Amino acid sequence: MAKNISFTIKFWRQNGPKDQGHFDQHEMHDIPDDTSFLEMLDILNEELINEGKEPFVFDHDCREGICGMCSLYINGTPHGKTERGATTCQLYMRRFNDGDVITVEPWRSAAFPVIKDCMVDRNAFDKIIQAGGYTTIRTGQAQDANAILIPKEDADEAMDCASCIGCGACVAACKNGSAMLFVSSKVSQLALLPQGRVEAARRVKNMIAKMDELGFGNCTNTRACEAVCPKNETIANIARLNREMIKAKLAD
Amino acid sequence: MAKVLDSKIPAGPVPEKWKEYKAHQRLVNPKNKLKLDVIVVGTGLAGASAAASLGEMGFNVINLCIQDSPRRAHSIAAQGGINAAKCYQNDGDSVYRLFYDTVKGGDYRAREANVYRLAEVSNNIIDQCVAQGVPFAREYGGMLANRSFGGAQVSRTFYAKGQTGQQLLLGAYSSLSCQVNAGKVKLYTRYEMEDVVIVDGRARGIIAKNLCTGKLERFSANAVVIATGGYGNTYFLSTNAMGCNCTAAIQCYRKGAFFANPSYVQIHPTCIPVHGDKQSKLTLMSESLRNDGRIWVPKKIEDAKALQAGTKQGWEIPEEDRDYYLERRYPAFGNLVPRDVASRAAKERCDKGFGVNNTGLAVFLDFSESINRLGIDVIMQRYGNLFEMYEEITDVFPGDVANEINGVKYYKPMMIYPAIHYTMGGIWVDYELQTTIPGLFAIGECNFSDHGANRLGASALMQGLADGYFVLPYTIQNYLADQAVWPKVSTDLPEFAAAEKAVDAEMDRLLNIKGKRSVDSIHKELGHIMWEYVGMGRTAEGLKTGLKKMHELEKEFDENLFVPGTKEGLNIELDKAIHLRDFFTMGQLVAFDALSRNESCGGHFREEYQTEEGEAKRDDKNYFYVGCWEYKGKGVEPELSKEPLEYEAIKVQTRNYKN
Repeated sequence: MAKNISFTIKFWRQNGPKDQGHFDQHEMHDIPDDTSFLEMLDILNEELINEGKEPFVFDHDCREGICGMCSLYINGTPHGKTERGATTCQLYMRRFNDGDVITVEPWRSAAFPVIKDCMVDRNAFDKIIQAGGYTTIRTGQAQDANAILIPKEDADEAMDCASCIGCGACVAACKNGSAMLFVSSKVSQLALLPQGRVEAARRVKNMIAKMDELGFGNCTNTRACEAVCPKNETIANIARLNREMIKAKLAD
Repeated sequence: MAKVLDSKIPAGPVPEKWKEYKAHQRLVNPKNKLKLDVIVVGTGLAGASAAASLGEMGFNVINLCIQDSPRRAHSIAAQGGINAAKCYQNDGDSVYRLFYDTVKGGDYRAREANVYRLAEVSNNIIDQCVAQGVPFAREYGGMLANRSFGGAQVSRTFYAKGQTGQQLLLGAYSSLSCQVNAGKVKLYTRYEMEDVVIVDGRARGIIAKNLCTGKLERFSANAVVIATGGYGNTYFLSTNAMGCNCTAAIQCYRKGAFFANPSYVQIHPTCIPVHGDKQSKLTLMSESLRNDGRIWVPKKIEDAKALQAGTKQGWEIPEEDRDYYLERRYPAFGNLVPRDVASRAAKERCDKGFGVNNTGLAVFLDFSESINRLGIDVIMQRYGNLFEMYEEITDVFPGDVANEINGVKYYKPMMIYPAIHYTMGGIWVDYELQTTIPGLFAIGECNFSDHGANRLGASALMQGLADGYFVLPYTIQNYLADQAVWPKVSTDLPEFAAAEKAVDAEMDRLLNIKGKRSVDSIHKELGHIMWEYVGMGRTAEGLKTGLKKMHELEKEFDENLFVPGTKEGLNIELDKAIHLRDFFTMGQLVAFDALSRNESCGGHFREEYQTEEGEAKRDDKNYFYVGCWEYKGKGVEPELSKEPLEYEAIKVQTRNYKN
């Protein structure tokens, strides 16, 4: 059965990328612990609006852990702490205690400027994908789907890499603000499949060049990214990305 | 005056229509394509695939989405799979069977020609996605794997774990990104379409709001395509994403596009039950779980009462005291009956008092038998991520052994209940996916055409991608063929100014009400009215009450709404208020249609029209048509026109999932 908890919430307010920003604080009373974290923020906003204040702004959409929109830094961890990795929307209040102080901040990274409060601009991720995260094929021209056999193990591994939801937690957790886990997941997915091999060299070079250009940092193997990834992407992908890059360079 | 709608279905036998159409349609030559602009609103499966395909063909595409990235559209949340008539399982599947199952599943209220075309292109979709690098599940031999879904007796569903929608959307997103890179698609993220602009009777552009700056912007083009999804969020609680709304569709409706079959709303049988009044959305548990999960409630009412009081647990009830009511009522299809049938059966048991949670509004979905037969590893491989998701939300892990009775292991069952999931109704379109406004097209969930009164599982992904990759890019050319000679439409035309001014005035109106109630508090109330009176079991009396209540609540909205902030800059409350304004129009439209359709079919169930066994009773003599509604003003009953259905390839009969 659900029990109720009361706690203090400190949440980041920032009016645009140039504003310095500050924390606001609010007391939350008798919140059932089967409420999701974002539903708790809905309650906060309802209370703020009833006081005539503007609501606290944060990104969220599907609330099923798949769209990658939600992006809150909770008590110092992207998406908050869970055992097996979950997005902010999948975090439930049963993970908190009566009397807690809960701190909510935005993703903080040079490549993700704040739009308002905890809503940040992650268009840089789209730009990296646009640089090469695809196979260049024309609609309607593909051969039969079973014409190329793919070992189950390869398909399964590609699927694991393709599970990345592009939320940006990896960048937010990294002290270098590196996007290597994100980039390597896409590169790995396509590198593991015969359909992706054709453009493999071009892809890895273009995506890495774009990543560098957009101001993301380098990887120094601290593994902070994989520790917070809600989809459990691993740095084995980063190793594969590096191999793909070396292969591409050697062929030049 | 009711209008005669021309569905433009090509002549000839059903299997030949699409081939004939493509052979004779007008095309646009490559030079002229470079002169033509197309606006695509939305980046879900339909929007992204259409924008990518049109860009690749050479058109200049403007593509907008309300999210921060096209990859976030709600198609991403589809779990189970996508149907295609490949017959890779050697189980007798064919284009005709997929067509037949879809028409039957839709309770004989879909347009035959459209559905046949859908089944025909389904195979191309799978080929296309594999070429994009979509990692579908495979067998050890390297071939694609399949599973079965509700309403079918073959295994034709392709899947990527429980994340098929995600993988298909990322496939479409990658093709879209390729075209953005090539400069053929110009992408606008965090932009919302607020109105369609009509010049000389044709759709020539849109007014969109930059959600970050609050500024209204004008876009002109030779054609406008809306791919903005369904209207499930009218009910407040649904499986839709928080941002899903019907503002673009309703604006098109207000500007003269007919809205078809709004009462066909799909209630998905396997969602996590409602747990409190603070809940913001309902989470779907994939229908694929019904492949290996068995749905049951107790046979004895005293067991149900104990479950509701919390003094007994599901796993303490032995096999002989369980009522697997779907297997009992529908032996041929069992747990894999279509969604509308499964949902109503759950409601029937709960209404009789056999619900299994504290609210009495839940049934069990149990994996004990499958786990005992196949082992936990196999089940985890199939549904691992769904089990984990269920645990995050409910704190119960369905793979945990809970009890052993007479040597049989019982696992913790899931609890599920039906919830609003998908809307079959939508903007009326002809065979070319063009609305009643020339130059305005609607694709994906946003239109009405392919699912009839009920959509089968794994068919939404199929339809979205069929429309976007393989249908619209052809049919739109038939319209665009003579458009290249027209000069570009200027956004300085008075029609653009007037549309922008009207949107701006609406924002002022909403901001200046300065009442006491938040958008969400009113939306929740609207949701309750919709679920209670326009939900799973409808009656003429209830629908009239619902309409009256909606009317009163809309008045409350107009007089007592409070939207903080200004229209400059980002204002999430203002955007939600605009959505809610349109949910009111939508809710009433659903109720009007439901009231006019004196029969039960698919997702539309009128309690007055049922058989003695509680099955839906269709009335083909009087209601064998598409109900098309024309806007007549706020608070005024819209006007009904009918598009009669004509079946030639399929014999219309009563749906039977028993034998």
